[in-house]
Amino acid sequence: MATNGSGGAFASTRLHIVTGKGGTGKTTVAAALAIALALQGKRVLIAEVEGRQGTSQTFNVPPLSGQEERIYADRSGGEIYGISVDAKESLMEYLQLFYKLGRAGSILEKAGAIDFATTIAPGVRDVLLIGKVYEAAGRREGGRRGRGELVYDAVVLDAPPTGRIVRFLNVNHEVAGVAKVGPIKSQAESVNRMVRHDTTRIHLVTLLEEMPVQETIDAIHELREADLNVGAIIVNQVRDPLLTEEELAAISAGTAADREEVIEAVQQDLRTAGVKATKVMVRGLFAQAHALSERVALQEQENAVLVAQGLPLAYLPALPGGVEDGGGLRILADALLEEGII
Amino acid sequence: MTTHATLPTVPPIDVDSVEPKPIDMDRLLQDPSTQIIVCCGSGGVGKTTTAAALGLRAAEMGRKVVVLTIDPARRLAQSLGLSELDNTPRPVVGIDTGAGGSLDAMMLDMKRTFDEVVLSHATPEKAEQILANPFYQALSSSFAGTQEYMAMEKLSQLSHEAEEKGTWDLIVVDTPPSRSALDFLDAPKRLSSFLDGRFIRILMAPAKAGGRAYLKVLTGGITLATTVMTRLLGGQMLQDVQTFVAALDTMFGGFRQRAEKTYALLADDRTAFVVVATPERDALREASYFVQRLDQERMPLAGVIVNRVQTVAARGLTSARADAAAEILGEASLNGTGSPTAALTEGLLRIHADVAESAERHHAQTTRFVAGHPGIPVTEVPAAAQDIHDLDGLREVGAALGEPQPTR
Repeated sequence: MATNGSGGAFASTRLHIVTGKGGTGKTTVAAALAIALALQGKRVLIAEVEGRQGTSQTFNVPPLSGQEERIYADRSGGEIYGISVDAKESLMEYLQLFYKLGRAGSILEKAGAIDFATTIAPGVRDVLLIGKVYEAAGRREGGRRGRGELVYDAVVLDAPPTGRIVRFLNVNHEVAGVAKVGPIKSQAESVNRMVRHDTTRIHLVTLLEEMPVQETIDAIHELREADLNVGAIIVNQVRDPLLTEEELAAISAGTAADREEVIEAVQQDLRTAGVKATKVMVRGLFAQAHALSERVALQEQENAVLVAQGLPLAYLPALPGGVEDGGGLRILADALLEEGII
Repeated sequence: MTTHATLPTVPPIDVDSVEPKPIDMDRLLQDPSTQIIVCCGSGGVGKTTTAAALGLRAAEMGRKVVVLTIDPARRLAQSLGLSELDNTPRPVVGIDTGAGGSLDAMMLDMKRTFDEVVLSHATPEKAEQILANPFYQALSSSFAGTQEYMAMEKLSQLSHEAEEKGTWDLIVVDTPPSRSALDFLDAPKRLSSFLDGRFIRILMAPAKAGGRAYLKVLTGGITLATTVMTRLLGGQMLQDVQTFVAALDTMFGGFRQRAEKTYALLADDRTAFVVVATPERDALREASYFVQRLDQERMPLAGVIVNRVQTVAARGLTSARADAAAEILGEASLNGTGSPTAALTEGLLRIHADVAESAERHHAQTTRFVAGHPGIPVTEVPAAAQDIHDLDGLREVGAALGEPQPTR
């Protein structure tokens, strides 16, 4: 498949695993990344594994199932397929494929064996979830033993949040402790090779706030310790200062009389622009500017912490209108392309 | 297995016709019959901060409070004096005890809590066997619901201690950011139904009867079940499970009883659930799901707290008008016809346009939620410019919860 020119830091990455603290916009960023890849003309699979249906909501399409469906197409020829991987469904499919189980699957189900394997047996659930992604990522044109081209140019995995990411990806270690032989064990080994492969990267989505940055740093250390490839730090919802230092100084410094003068000048400007403003409103505008500048100062402080990590960084703007209207997602996808990470 | 796909969608509504009615939080906190408050919600919505703020406010109103947190931010933990994770409540220093209240806080250690359950229910030798079992070790540190289960286990321990010793009269619990919304409700049931369920009896059959009853008891289908499981997971794992379950045998009743007791405690009138969200689509969708599940399970829901709501300081100017005015001033500055402060005023208007747009969006999201859940109180908490990591910050959040101001 033809891909348009891309020379980003992770241009050769095929599996993009996106994680981040809850509330940082991980699912939105994963969607934007998939769109950015599709804008390069690629055929992309986006997979979610927590059954939240976040991807379908973000793309504004009907709920996704365990079957891949096309959810987005770009005029460049790029397209996105979506899947919501379910552990139980994957296990049944897997049993069917390798054991030709037929009706016996439902007996297993009734006996509680399926529940046991997918919810209680430690790590098995995660092997099944990533296993499905592994299968899709490595699938080639021309059926099960096909030798054609890879079906997907890139796979974006909307992974569990930072607090669980290492455990999720490090399934081999978990499963080896309990399942010492058998196909789940060998599946775990294949998955293990894939998540550590050269063409796999784990991107961390964060906000420039204390808790998400702290979790990001912790996750970077844990991922490295587990020998997993950290990709980019994607900083979401970055606010623009909008006022210069001098302008900020003009509304903060000086005596009460000085400030009164500025208030009147701003009031006059507003009138020129057709807005009849009271002094209370102007003071409100000042208060909002101060709140933003506090936020921006905090951003800078947190950004310094991230920069010190020495990883590629990509910054995405805060969208006051949100991403619900779809236009927002495209803005984020364009920003990702501009930031040169893919 | 629950999916959100089946949720009914909220019909379009006129967003100006609905105003949220806030939770009467101070009444709830002061009411001596409120003995447990559970904060739940999706990850990153400020559950821990909310739990800590509620605990602090209640303590300063005279309640004897213990706050159970799961995974607090480092600096928030420090401000509560939680420098060590030792699974026991510690007094929080620096609170106003004038009203006769007190505040303790603790961080959950899930493995340790599980170990304690085993130790308190089994004979010393049995306990030792269980603790050394590889399956138990994996289960206690990584089972998808262990954290939830242990949070609830700790809650019932604290509640028991509160009743016995009168140490506390209010427990505030923060819940883990679960992968599915109400894992903390489901996990105890799931684990206990596994532990005395059919699958375990199948696994146990050979161990109990030394293999002799095996053929008599099991049908072909079930033999197949064990065979496939053995092939799939490897015999070692199933053997570990068998040994684990055999050692646990005497504790079965205990587990089930405990799970049922905890469930009853949660459903009791003494408990109040608070669902925490942010005014974003995804967080509110999760909140909807929580509210529905709590209703289905007849759990006492006090209401929903929507954190980080954008407030407008310069009221009366819409985002669109601010943008248009900024445009005019921007042009004037470019042409050199603007006043010396034109660029400043343009900047102020741009900031306002963003603030007002966020506020409008937040209001629309919240209103939609309120309209979709009539009769459920919703408290909106304004976004703070800074992160919250000290008692003063928590007091401010507490005040916003206790005496909510209109955000628009």
